[in-house]
Amino acid sequence: MNKIDQYRRKFLGAASAAFVGITIAPGILLQAGNAATAGQGVSDAQRWGLLIDTNRCEPGCDACVQACNKENGLRSIHGPKTDAQWIRKVSLKNRKNGHVLNMPVMCQHCAKAPCVDVCPTGASFKRADGIVLVDKHTCIGCRYCMMACPYKARSFVHEKLTDQLPHAPRGKGTVESCTLCVHKIDRGDNTTACVQACPHGAMMFGDLNDPDSAISKQIKSLGSQQLRKKLDLDTGVRYQGIPV
Amino acid sequence: MSLILIIVALFAALNMEHEGHYITGMDNQIVWGVPHVVAIFLIISASGALNIASIASVFGRQFYTPLSRLSTVVAITLLIGGLSVILLDLGRPDRLLIAMTYFNFSSIFAWNIILYTGFIGIGIIYLWTMLDWQADKYRKPVGIIAFCWRLILTAGTGSIFGVLVAREAYDIVIMAPMFIVLSLGYGLACYLLVMCLFLPEQSWQVFKHRLSRLLAVFIVCGLATSLFYHGANYWWFDAQAVEDFLLFGDDIYPWLIWGGYLILGNILPLLLLGFHFNQNSQASTLLISSLVIAGGLVHLYALIIGGQAYPMPLIEGYDSTSSFFDGVIASYSPSQWEIMLGLGGFALSLFLAGFTVRVFRILPESK
Repeated sequence: MNKIDQYRRKFLGAASAAFVGITIAPGILLQAGNAATAGQGVSDAQRWGLLIDTNRCEPGCDACVQACNKENGLRSIHGPKTDAQWIRKVSLKNRKNGHVLNMPVMCQHCAKAPCVDVCPTGASFKRADGIVLVDKHTCIGCRYCMMACPYKARSFVHEKLTDQLPHAPRGKGTVESCTLCVHKIDRGDNTTACVQACPHGAMMFGDLNDPDSAISKQIKSLGSQQLRKKLDLDTGVRYQGIPV
Repeated sequence: MSLILIIVALFAALNMEHEGHYITGMDNQIVWGVPHVVAIFLIISASGALNIASIASVFGRQFYTPLSRLSTVVAITLLIGGLSVILLDLGRPDRLLIAMTYFNFSSIFAWNIILYTGFIGIGIIYLWTMLDWQADKYRKPVGIIAFCWRLILTAGTGSIFGVLVAREAYDIVIMAPMFIVLSLGYGLACYLLVMCLFLPEQSWQVFKHRLSRLLAVFIVCGLATSLFYHGANYWWFDAQAVEDFLLFGDDIYPWLIWGGYLILGNILPLLLLGFHFNQNSQASTLLISSLVIAGGLVHLYALIIGGQAYPMPLIEGYDSTSSFFDGVIASYSPSQWEIMLGLGGFALSLFLAGFTVRVFRILPESK
């Protein structure tokens, strides 16, 4: 083996070792502190949730949708296929008897949220009080959470935004969904924009863990159902008036 | 040519990043499009391409030993191509460092990031054991690690879909083993394509019969597994409606599965191989490999896009309508940007493979 071969061998060895190190090391060594602050300041003593009475939800009324859009600074930009919709009015019709149901559908704030499970960076997270949120600083925009959400409740920001509201941070290339008006909850409003806006009293906000709260009493007296109950996700948004 | 396609793909990715994804065909209904189809195809093909090396060093078939280096190179370059596409399609590709430093270990996607980067690292070590005679003694143990790693990697890629309980088309455990079996044929087809491009016809004569037979066996295995997947979904796993939609619906997906995947991607290559079309020359092998690759892409397109296009039921027995396309079969037309990015993934793999073949002693006849 001549000298040049030896040098080449050494160089290739070192270069390969460096490359292997670069590819493997991040998984082993560079686990920077995860968003440990998520959940701080809130407690699992509460589990915030919504109760929606579909018997009161009127067809054609989208006051909750309008209120959500206004509260969080959402607006149509490039049409319904790519616009963010944190809450939508859904009309359902029974195939056999023609029974019609109307209801708002948004992030169901699942206790066992598939979006939280699948998010590779932990950007989708559940607060101690049950609110499922997206950390805008660590969302990489892979959209795996959107694939995993059984309620199609998440939207991807498809374009540049210039008019975000300070309490509802949004950003191009990241995923977002209903925050249960977390900014209002954290400042003690004890309600959400959609609940406030509903003119028919079809929506109720409250603490599902507190047996004395109005929402818990209502659920206790009339019962409630979860959308796609078979998936056993223990949703924080409950419905009345839908088939078991 | 590859370089031009790579530059075009980078331009497309830059444009998507700058403008936002509204310029693509993807939206809030079809969230994963052509870039994901290409990326997943390249990733599972990468694991499949390593089989030739595994057959030699793990299962002791000496005939394949001279082919092992190219097998490892193609595996690594295909994976780099696939990962590049998936990275450049992210909403925030600039956050690569976050993806590599923030791990949610309950996410199969996070595990896959480790599996993919690890595969490249192990592949390089494996290649070193083949290129350096002093490292020859490590080849078998490294080969075994690489083989196991590749099986886990492909199963992990299949599990990306297998764990999605929300969607009827995917929520099935067969996805992981199916991806492993599919990777055999797709990987070998990619390998043969690269081999035919760079190996002189004279050298090809030595290997052509056995490699052609191997490709035929892998195609049959992949086809059988796909039939089992669709059959199991249809009859056992309560997903009859979505299978009806994919296999017999009015949309493009039945055409893709029956015409593209079954006939062009499986039956035609098998016939060509069975009748030793053109004496299994390099040109005919290029054609057959291209058909298998096209069939694989079409199959994944039908599974990935079709699986998303089929609406998710909110309440059993009820049809739904909304402003967010509930109850509607979602439409998808890939944009030129996505196609450019996808082609760039193939071009990058080919360019890197070609570059490596030129610089190192990779091909069977290299001294």
